[in-house]
Amino acid sequence: MIRFEGVTKRYADGVTAVDDLSLEVPQGGITVFVGPSGCGKTTSLRMINRMVEPTEGRILINDQDVAARKPAQLRRSIGYVIQHAGLFPHRTVLKNVMTVPRLIGWDQARARSAAMEAIEKVGLTADQAERYPAQLSGGQQQRVGVARALASDPEVVLMDEPFSAVDPLVRMDLQAEVRRLQRELGITVVLVTHDIDEAIGLGDHVAVLRQGGRLAQLATPGELLREPADDFVASFVGKDRGYRKLGFTGADLDPAPEQTVRLGEDVPTGRGWVLAVGEGGEPLGWVDRHTSGGPVGEDELHRMGSLAEVGDSARVFLDAALSAPSRRGVVVQDGRVIGTVSAQQVVDSLERT
Amino acid sequence: MISLTWQWLTDPATWTGPGGILAQSVTHLRISVIALALAALVAVPVGLFIGHTGRGRWLAINVAGAFRAIPSLGVLFVATLILLPRLSGDLAFELPVILVLVLLAVPPVLSGTYAGVEAVDPAARDAARGVGMTESQILWQVEVPAALPLVLSGLRSAMLQIIATATIAAIVGIGGLGRYLIDGQASRQYEVMAGGAIVVAALALLVDLVMAGIQRVVVSRGLVEARAG
Ligand SMILES: Nc1ncnc2c1ncn2[C@@H]1O[C@H](COP(=O)(O)OP(=O)(O)OP(=O)(O)O)[C@@H](O)[C@H]1O
Ligand SMILES: [Mg+2]
Repeated sequence: MIRFEGVTKRYADGVTAVDDLSLEVPQGGITVFVGPSGCGKTTSLRMINRMVEPTEGRILINDQDVAARKPAQLRRSIGYVIQHAGLFPHRTVLKNVMTVPRLIGWDQARARSAAMEAIEKVGLTADQAERYPAQLSGGQQQRVGVARALASDPEVVLMDEPFSAVDPLVRMDLQAEVRRLQRELGITVVLVTHDIDEAIGLGDHVAVLRQGGRLAQLATPGELLREPADDFVASFVGKDRGYRKLGFTGADLDPAPEQTVRLGEDVPTGRGWVLAVGEGGEPLGWVDRHTSGGPVGEDELHRMGSLAEVGDSARVFLDAALSAPSRRGVVVQDGRVIGTVSAQQVVDSLERT
Repeated sequence: MISLTWQWLTDPATWTGPGGILAQSVTHLRISVIALALAALVAVPVGLFIGHTGRGRWLAINVAGAFRAIPSLGVLFVATLILLPRLSGDLAFELPVILVLVLLAVPPVLSGTYAGVEAVDPAARDAARGVGMTESQILWQVEVPAALPLVLSGLRSAMLQIIATATIAAIVGIGGLGRYLIDGQASRQYEVMAGGAIVVAALALLVDLVMAGIQRVVVSRGLVEARAG
């Protein structure tokens, strides 16, 4: 657990970047610092590993004041990932990732195997481990940056806008990767971003900071969307927060039974859409009874909408209903169709909660 | 004239013996290497300090500029006048020459070094500090290796200037390839002067080639890739 106690940072030029910040970063999970540009996110983050020294107040990791530890020693025990990766250009990927293990005195062999393990964890190959940073794409470089931070198994990893320099698709990949790694390793990640969507999508806890490094609200993403503490948070969270909140709201629904047909069977009589399923009951697509008759062929299948899994959020259910050509969202459990829901049902369930 | 020069250059007698090109080249190189080493001894640490701390950049720029403006011949005469009574033997003549060459070599080595360190990606430096390197580890494990291409370029251009200018050693009566220029002029043997100039240029090229080879070996492939890509 990381605790800020009345932390203030005034830079030499008189700018108060962080003003009397007190907050607790819970152990485990991802805590995101988010806020407008210049509000003191980076400064707050860098005070944790003493890259910046607070003017007042103190920061404790597991109840130990970081000021009591030698900066270099402290930093070696905390993972550090920055925006442009900051890889050492003259070192191979492997040597980059071996940096911290070597600094803390592990021998060559142990450092090497720890580094290879970290490189695989972030989804890079042994072949890429022998390359130099200049031979990698931006997204790959960022993965190496993450691997370098993880190689010595730190409990805490700090990340400052780790995904903001890569294109949106790669960013989504990397976000999922960090999410997965955090869960797998049980580490505590403190991540800085100015992107509220990233904060809400990735954080278990989100600290919204306002200008001058003051804490506006620290909450789970769901709470933040449901009950923003004040106008600043509400406007920062954005216009469609009502809709996005659905992503953090459970859906209490009873899917209605849906008539299904297997490939090769005759289309049942009736009107409208019928759902085609495979041998194991897995959904394949929708068949339009206006245009089809006789045995169902694969070429008659219309594309599926998105699928909702039992236990998914209201947003997923609503999307399933709206994206299906029949406007009935397919609900699956363990890959098998158990029924469908309409948008009306989802909305009704929201009215009840 | 050209054929006379050719004759002189291809005459085995020109090359061998105490006053031959080979012997003079050795002297020339010895003085040059000593001068480069001394210049590097002074300029590299100062350049690393300036590049690493960002302090004293004005010093590097001004001193380098001032050094460039110093007339080599003037320094040579003054230094010889001052040192001659205080030293004895060849050293009394060699030291002023080396001093001139060091002054000449300091600016390129200094600016190559500090520019090289300064040009290191700020993100890499920040990351180095952030993962827990000490200041000296940052310098030796990140800044110096990453700055190496520019440091070596500085040394190479310094060496080219040294070799060309080391010919002035002959003015104060010591050896080196400058002998052919001075003696050739004195005896109006212009083919000797021309031949000497060619040999100086060839020596400079050869040394540069050797240094380029060293550069290829010691500079990380990662930095070469970075340039290409
Ligand atoms: N080294 C410094 N010296 C002086 N002022 C600084 C320094 N670093 C940051 N500041 C100032 O402190 C304030 C907070 O900066 P900080 O970098 O922490 O903001 P941030 O929230 O990370 O912003 P961004 O989203 O733009 O990265 C800004 O006003 C900035 O100009
Ligand atoms: Mg920042």
